[in-house]
Amino acid sequence: MRYLKLIVLAVITFPLLTSCGYNRMVELEESIDAQWSQVENVYQRRADLIPNLVNTVKGYASHEQETLQAVIEARSKATSINLSAGELNEQTLKNFQQAQEGLSSAISRLMVVVERYPDLKANQNFLDLQAQLEGTENRIAVERRKFNEATRAYNTYIRKFPKNIIAGIFNFEPRPYFEADEGASKAPEVQF
Amino acid sequence: MIRLYSILLVVLFLGPVASSGQDFPERPQPPRLINDFADVLDSRAENLLEQELVAFARQTSTQIAVVTISDLEGYDKADYAFQLAEKWGIGQKGKDNGVLILVQPKIGNKRGQAFIATGYGLEGVVPDAVARRIVDNEMIPRFKRNDYAGGIAAGVSVLMELTRGEYTAEGYLKKTGSSGSMLGGIGIIVFFFIILLTSLGRQRARHSSIGHDLPFWVLLSMLGSGSRSQTGSWGSFSSGSGPFGGSGGGFGGFGGGSFGGGGAGGSW
Repeated sequence: MRYLKLIVLAVITFPLLTSCGYNRMVELEESIDAQWSQVENVYQRRADLIPNLVNTVKGYASHEQETLQAVIEARSKATSINLSAGELNEQTLKNFQQAQEGLSSAISRLMVVVERYPDLKANQNFLDLQAQLEGTENRIAVERRKFNEATRAYNTYIRKFPKNIIAGIFNFEPRPYFEADEGASKAPEVQF
Repeated sequence: MIRLYSILLVVLFLGPVASSGQDFPERPQPPRLINDFADVLDSRAENLLEQELVAFARQTSTQIAVVTISDLEGYDKADYAFQLAEKWGIGQKGKDNGVLILVQPKIGNKRGQAFIATGYGLEGVVPDAVARRIVDNEMIPRFKRNDYAGGIAAGVSVLMELTRGEYTAEGYLKKTGSSGSMLGGIGIIVFFFIILLTSLGRQRARHSSIGHDLPFWVLLSMLGSGSRSQTGSWGSFSSGSGPFGGSGGGFGGFGGGSFGGGGAGGSW
């Protein structure tokens, strides 16, 4: 008789558990992880472009050792931080973002320096690299936005009543967001 | 009274939610591939281009959409293009084979802007460097002369040929590169002649009836039509829109393709 009671209880609670949002939470969390790997991909893509960029610039602007060295260092710093989706939390994401921002600003300093070398700016190879680099920055912006959207969907879901109770029981914790870079809200514009 | 308050509350809460996506125009109803919000295309050219794009979308499932807009509302052109393309879902879901050509015409002192955004699935066939060359070489020179329809058509025809695989991005880069294009052309012609000569020789050696009886120029034309895919790579780019046009029926709608930041643009 006791077993029967347990079985009945299980039969009643099982659909409750599946419809209480647990599965949806898993789905949403998975989509954050998938999106995170996209974010990592585009950052990796940028890092891959840099040796080529540095070599091209070096051929024309060998005096700019310091700026070039800064780019190389920022790149190795940025690629040294590998963050898997499981390790994401506020602190690790912040470190990751800081390292990548260091690389961004090193690149933009290089691009300012490059303005002084008309030969380099006329080089088709450099122009193509520049287009690729711009494209990579665009991709980074897009994937970061999608990551934040996925995170927002998950965070709002687990914080709403009554799902927050289920989330508490099964340890679904809020996930961190990418924060806007300093001064990144406005696209840089070159004035002549 | 309570009801009034509750309505007010609902309005208060829904207000900001509803307006959050308002920066971008809604998906066109009925669906269209050419959306000339800035009104820079005359209706004849617009219809022609629309038919061409619809036929292309039906044939290849690749959707090339064109949007002209007079104001980007403070967005960067790339950001605007990606968000709009994603919102409309240009291209097929899963294949992500959509392209958005965004043009903000030059009005007064404001600089004109153009951007080609490629969906995830087309980033390989239309790399950023190529997108940039299309904007710089095909579109902006025409836009500068106020020929918006011509610039868009020229850009579209290159994109069509690239996405259809008629010639590769490498080929286009070479063609628009500073040097080497002439050499490449000559190389292809030389190659072509070698093939022609050897095959002629073979035909003769075999004493086949075709090679024997037909005059030289017929063989030449046969060979020419046989190696279409080769000639395509150095043929004219802006005239690639021949076989399209008079197709019936409208455009079925956007398929929900996704964009990851591929593409490039320019301004003038």
